[in-house]
Amino acid sequence: MTPKTLFEKVWEQHEVVPESVDTPAVLYIDLHLVHEVTSPQAFSTLREHGLKVRRLDRTLATMDHSTPTDPEEIAGRVPIRVASAAAQIKQLEKNCQEFGVELLGLHSKDRGIVHIIGPEQGATQPGKTIVCGDSHTATHGAFGALAFGIGTTEVGHVLATQCLLQRRPKTLAINTSGKLPAGVTAKDLILAIVGKIGVSGGTGHVMEYRGPAIEALSMDGRMTVCNMSIEAGARAGMIAPDATTFEYLNKTPRAPKGNAWDRALVRWNKLHTDVGAKFDREVDIDAASLEPMITYGTHPGMVLPLSGRVPEQPNDPVFQKALDYMGLLPGEALRDKPVQVVFIGSCTNARLSDLELAAQVFRGRKVAPGVRVLVVPGSQQIKREAEALGLAKVFIDAGAEWRESGCSMCIGMNGDTVGKGQYSVSTSNRNFEGRQGQGARTLLASPATAAAAAVRGRITDPREFL
Amino acid sequence: MQVINIIESKTVVVPFSDIDTDQIIPARFLTTTTKEGLGKNAFADWRYDALGNPKADFALNQPAAKGCEILVAGRNFGCGSSREHAPWSLLDFGFRAVISSEIADIFRNNSLKNALLPVTVDDTTHLWLLGNPGAKVRIELSSNTVTLPNGKVATFPIEAFARYCLLNGVDELGFLTKQIDQIAQYEQSHA
Repeated sequence: MTPKTLFEKVWEQHEVVPESVDTPAVLYIDLHLVHEVTSPQAFSTLREHGLKVRRLDRTLATMDHSTPTDPEEIAGRVPIRVASAAAQIKQLEKNCQEFGVELLGLHSKDRGIVHIIGPEQGATQPGKTIVCGDSHTATHGAFGALAFGIGTTEVGHVLATQCLLQRRPKTLAINTSGKLPAGVTAKDLILAIVGKIGVSGGTGHVMEYRGPAIEALSMDGRMTVCNMSIEAGARAGMIAPDATTFEYLNKTPRAPKGNAWDRALVRWNKLHTDVGAKFDREVDIDAASLEPMITYGTHPGMVLPLSGRVPEQPNDPVFQKALDYMGLLPGEALRDKPVQVVFIGSCTNARLSDLELAAQVFRGRKVAPGVRVLVVPGSQQIKREAEALGLAKVFIDAGAEWRESGCSMCIGMNGDTVGKGQYSVSTSNRNFEGRQGQGARTLLASPATAAAAAVRGRITDPREFL
Repeated sequence: MQVINIIESKTVVVPFSDIDTDQIIPARFLTTTTKEGLGKNAFADWRYDALGNPKADFALNQPAAKGCEILVAGRNFGCGSSREHAPWSLLDFGFRAVISSEIADIFRNNSLKNALLPVTVDDTTHLWLLGNPGAKVRIELSSNTVTLPNGKVATFPIEAFARYCLLNGVDELGFLTKQIDQIAQYEQSHA
C-alpha cells in the first residue's frame, strides 16, 4: 500500500465525489460549528431556497464573537451594550429554533468560544472533517481532524448538503526537534513557526505539526499551535492523535462510549502519517533553541524573541507603516516597554492550563498601577473549573477583571476593546491594525508573558516569575 | 450567480502587502445580519479620520476612484479572518475584480462565490500595476488574461469549476444539491 500522510487519509475518507480536472471534490463534513456572526446570511439563503438543515445531528451552534462577557449583561441586569450585537444574538436564537439546530446559547452552562467547546464537548474527534465560518477552525486539527474555516456562502452549502466543493490542498510538514525549554510555551512555538515561514508561507497547504516538541504538548498546547495555522496562511493544521488525545477525549460527554469507544480507538490509531509518505514541503524547527516570543508589528509574522530588537528594514514602506502604527523604532528593544492593557483569553489561549500558567505569575502579586487586565475564560466550563481551583480568586485578588466566556478583546465586537494608541499584551492570535479596537497596538504573546507584563507594567520575560 | 467575463476599468491601487480582512472591513461592522450596505465601511480605518471624515490621500477617497471596478493591492491580499463581509464590502463599493500577486485562500474562495474576480498575476505585471494607479486595464475571464494599456498581456490562473460557474452564472449551491443522491449514498455507507 502506498504510504499516506495523515491529511491524505482523512481527505480520502470524506470524498463523496473525488475531484477531476473540471470539478472540485465533493467533500463530506462530519461536524459543522455555527456562531452568530457568520451564519445569519446563510440561514437567509436556506429560507430563500426553501431548504432545510440536512444533518441536525452534525450541526452545533454557540455564540461567542459579539457576545457580552460582562456578567451584568449576561444576567440581563443591564442591557447588552452593543445593540447590533444583541440583535445578532437574537437572530441566532431565532434561526436555531426555526431550523432545529442545537444551540449552546447565552445561558447554557456549556457555552463558550466555538473552538473551545467543540473539543470540550468531545464533538471534535480524530479523523473528522470539521468546518465553521471562522478561520480559527484550524484549532480542531489538534485532534487529527481536518478542520478549516469557511465563508458564509459555504456555511449555507454545508447546512443544506453537509458537503463542500473543495480542491485538494498541498501538504506542509512542520518537523519539530528537541524539547521546549522551561517557561517557553506552545504559543511561543507557533509564533516562532509563523515568524519562520511567514504569514503566507502556508497558503494553499494543510500543515502537519510533528516531532517530539509537538508530541510532548498537552491537548491545550496542541490546540494553541493548530489554532494559529491560519496566521501562516494555511487553512488547516493537523497533529496525529495519540494517547494524550485519547485520554482527553475519554473524559468528554460526546465522545463514543463503551464498545463504540473501543471501535473508535482502532480507527483513530491508524490516523498518522505513514513512514515514507511524502509531503509537498517540509520545514524544520528546533524547539530547544526557542525563547518566549512577542510580536512587534501588525501581523503575526512580525515576531521576535523577547530579548530581541525590532529589525531595521530601510526602504520598506509597508514595514515602516507597521512600525509607525505600533509607535516603535527600528532597533528598539521591546523588553521594559510600558503597557496599558493585558488580555488573557481567546480561542488561542483561554483554556484551563493557560489560566493556570497565568495564575502562577499572578499568585501573591498585584497588577501594576495603570494597567487594565482582562481575564476571559474560553468557556463556561473552564470558568467553573478556574473558580473551583481558586484561579479566579488569584486573578481578582491581583486586580484583574474576571469575565464570562467569549471572544471578547481578541476581536472587540462586544465592546471589550483596547483604546487608541494603547499597548496591549494579548494572548490572542492577531495583531492586525485595529483588531482589538481602533488604534489599539497589540503585542501577541503567551499567557505567562502577558501575566508578567501585567504585574510589572512593562514587557517582561515571564521566566523571572515562574 | 452573476455572469462575469470582461471587466474593463481604471484601477484603484492600495499598494500595501499583507492586507488582512480586518482592514478591508473592521470587525465592529460585522454585527450586521445582511450582506448589504458594507461598501461605505470598506477600509474604514484607513479611509476615515477619527471624526469620520474621508482622508483625502487614501486611494478610495480620491475622485478618480469613483466608478473604478478594479482594485490593485499588494502581495498576500485578504489574509486573516474568513469574514465574507470582506468581498461583500468591496463589491458594494463597486469593485468587480481584485488584482494582486498572491491572494489568501479563504478570501479568494469567498470572492469567487460572490462574483468578485480574484486575479493573481506575475510579479512584473503586479509591479507595473502598483506603479500605475488609474491605468485602464482589461480583464477577460474566458481567455484568463489581463491586458495593460501598453498592450502587454498577462495570464492568470483560476480554478476550473469556479471559472465555469462565473462564465455561465452557475450557482454552486444548485450544483451541490443536484448531488444529493450521491451524498445520501455516502451517508449510508459511512453510517
